[in-house]
Amino acid sequence: MSDSSFVRTQMLPPEVPPLTERGLVRWMRENLFSSVLNTVLTLAGLAFVIYAVAATLPWFLNGVWNAKDIKECREIVLANAGPEATGACWALIRERWHQFLFGFYPADLYWRPVLALGLLLVSLAPLLYYSMRRANLILVGTVSVLTLIALALLAPGAALLVLFAGLFAALTAVAWYAPQKLVWLTLAFPLLAFALLWGGSVWGPIGVAAGFGILALVYSLTKSFLGVVVATGAGVVAAAVWWLMVQTSVTTALHGAIPLGIQAVNSDQFGGFLLAFVIGVTAIGASLPIGILLALGRRSDMMLIKTLCVGFIEFVRGVPLITVLFVATLLLGYFLPPQSNFDLILRVIILVTFFSAAYLAEVIRGGLAALPKGQYEAADALGLDYWQAQRLIIMPQALKVSIPGIVSSFIGLFKDTTLVAFVGLMDPLKGVTTIVRADVAWKGIYWEPYIFVGAIFFAVCFGMSRYSMYLERKLKTDHR
Amino acid sequence: MTLATDAPKDVFRLSMLIYDTRYRSYTIQIAVLVLLLLFLGWITDNTIQNLAERGKDISFNFLWQRAGYDIDQQLIPYTNDSTHGRATVIGILNTLVVAIIGCLLATVIGVVAGVLRLSKNWLVARIMTVYVEVFRNIPVVLWIIVASVFLTETQPQPRDFKVTDEMIMAGEEPKASMLFGAIAITGRSTDIPAPVLSRPLPTLEIATVPVSLSFLAFLAVVVVSVMANRRFLTRVTAVQEETGVRPVTWWKSLLILFGPSIALLIAMGLHLEYPELKGFNFKGGISINHAFSALLVALSLYTGAFIAENVRAGIMAISRGQSEAAFALGLRPGRAMKLVILPQALRVIIPPLISQYLNLTKNTSLGIAVGYLDLRGTLGGITMNQTGREMECMVLMMGIYLVISLIVSSIMNAYNNAVKLRER
Repeated sequence: MSDSSFVRTQMLPPEVPPLTERGLVRWMRENLFSSVLNTVLTLAGLAFVIYAVAATLPWFLNGVWNAKDIKECREIVLANAGPEATGACWALIRERWHQFLFGFYPADLYWRPVLALGLLLVSLAPLLYYSMRRANLILVGTVSVLTLIALALLAPGAALLVLFAGLFAALTAVAWYAPQKLVWLTLAFPLLAFALLWGGSVWGPIGVAAGFGILALVYSLTKSFLGVVVATGAGVVAAAVWWLMVQTSVTTALHGAIPLGIQAVNSDQFGGFLLAFVIGVTAIGASLPIGILLALGRRSDMMLIKTLCVGFIEFVRGVPLITVLFVATLLLGYFLPPQSNFDLILRVIILVTFFSAAYLAEVIRGGLAALPKGQYEAADALGLDYWQAQRLIIMPQALKVSIPGIVSSFIGLFKDTTLVAFVGLMDPLKGVTTIVRADVAWKGIYWEPYIFVGAIFFAVCFGMSRYSMYLERKLKTDHR
Repeated sequence: MTLATDAPKDVFRLSMLIYDTRYRSYTIQIAVLVLLLLFLGWITDNTIQNLAERGKDISFNFLWQRAGYDIDQQLIPYTNDSTHGRATVIGILNTLVVAIIGCLLATVIGVVAGVLRLSKNWLVARIMTVYVEVFRNIPVVLWIIVASVFLTETQPQPRDFKVTDEMIMAGEEPKASMLFGAIAITGRSTDIPAPVLSRPLPTLEIATVPVSLSFLAFLAVVVVSVMANRRFLTRVTAVQEETGVRPVTWWKSLLILFGPSIALLIAMGLHLEYPELKGFNFKGGISINHAFSALLVALSLYTGAFIAENVRAGIMAISRGQSEAAFALGLRPGRAMKLVILPQALRVIIPPLISQYLNLTKNTSLGIAVGYLDLRGTLGGITMNQTGREMECMVLMMGIYLVISLIVSSIMNAYNNAVKLRER
């Protein structure tokens, strides 16, 4: 036995992997050049990217922000970047941004739509993040600061500015101490926004709100002896009587006595993204409940209800939105009593709402169909009635399943607001851009307005789809 | 002590109409029916009053009157002396032509983009993600307008293609030249070579629609070749099952499929007629107007992005175990895709694909943005403005769109049922 044997008592330190198996080289081998086909694809992709960047980047970089017309723009580009160079003329956006955003809304009243947008985002907070304090606070705080900055830039006057600063400070405080309480703002928002955007006497919106008050009052007074169903009916009838017959004379009288109000703005002055948001947000808010009702109606046991819902949904889904918009402008006049004529924006909103509701109904029906039968049976076994079962058991699950579909319907609806240009409204894409491009000073400008409008649409729609992914992850309760 | 409750007395009380589930559904339905009838009556009454006030009646006679306007893209003969009815038919055909070609293109784009987005190639996957997100999140009207502006405002005018003697002497190039020497994209239209027969068969006229016998003959030959090829393949399979060896088929198959039709085309003298600059415009060949091209390109790219998402979701829905099992059985990747993965993925992909096709078909009405004369442009546009019959035109137009949608969805649903998984 020789004792020259050597036993290693310690492990050797591991060798560094070879150069081709680590770092960037490895990543490129695996992700870009793993096979012949992949190499070809990578090279083709690279060529495409280089070509696209080479074609567009100089144009973006040579962009001119400060010029009074397109000729001056081109001269500046030539002077800065030499002959043959092309450059964007962002001066157009700088000069006309207000038309893209507000249409022909009076310039000294821009603070009203901006304030409405700020309030919209604040009132969305409790819907988006329920009672999550941190998220609510971050959202409301950011929105408040941004809105106040925007308002300060628009300079509506020092007194108003202090008032709004106080308002948003209060809202931020509410978002921190009792986020759920913001729901009251959400409920009041439609009337608030209407009052802000259209202006006029404050008594109109108050009258409409009073109708809801009457509904609630009659319901709570009669519920004890008439029961839920009849009491609701009585409340609705009372409110309808108020709205249709009493309200106008009362509000007119009140306005005569105490003329409170702000400057009225006509509907035909609305345009640009203001119009897109008014139509989009109203239709989104109103179409969800109608869509849910239609989906439930389609699954109802009652023959007549089911037939009506199926007929409505299939009809609406079978025709293009543009024909529905034409109905709003051309045919609605025939269907309503002679001499009755109401606002084009309102008519468009109503028809767009019903259009979108039919699509939502199909999405929600998918969610309802995905629920196992046991859920319905369990609800019955607990002794819940139809609406209780829907509210507590069925809808929370069905809506959760259909979130991606619902949000993509909303995105589609928002994008479709551009179609109102074809019935004579001034949407940001076709309506405003056509006006801007028809201006002699900017004749020959192609891409800039479309890029500007497209970028805003992209930001809003992309944001919505990201939020839906977040919500899906957050609400996921199954363990897969 | 006995615990017994009184059996409910079988006496009908009025409140049972609302609170008794046996009667409640009838109460609700009757109430809805009454409200519905009242509503319809109200609308009808209003309509009659309004029509009387404007001195109008409901009549579809205008469909047989002279239209008096031109349509620059016509698949069947049409002049401005034709009737409004014929203009409507032209409109329907124009709608369908965009819809069908658009669906095909969008499917190709969507499948390629969807598959590439799942590719392991980092760069290509990113490029496809950007494509899908950009096109999905921006209104289709913008794409249509941008495509149209690109074609009509940034492309050269026909005169820029002109080559004069002085230019040849000076060795100058013209400002613009044709793609591959055959395709001219000008600010007015896209001109492509037209396939022309020098010895065509006669043309029949059936119900004022000309039917080319040459085309029918070609179609018949193609159908017969496809059927012959199918019989040939069945026989080959039989031989394979008997002997275990599959005979070489590919060149025979190719010969059966394409031989006869190529022979027929040569016999009829097929050649291409190239567009040529004559005077101020290109003559000869096929002139495709820009409204059509812009609509087609924009709709295909836009819908393609949505289809790409459906395809990606469909492929991701197939669990890894399926492809691993297929490889474990010794199937080659191509056959594993064809026999195992695709049939399952298709089931997930097809229902959303149907609704994308429907969306594309309905979106063809956005040709209004570029003045494309489809159904909306003829019946719901010029005809409606000329005759002033909004009610009739709108009803007819919505009815036709509805019928097209229902036909598309029923065809696709039939196909969907054919490939559906049959469980228990």
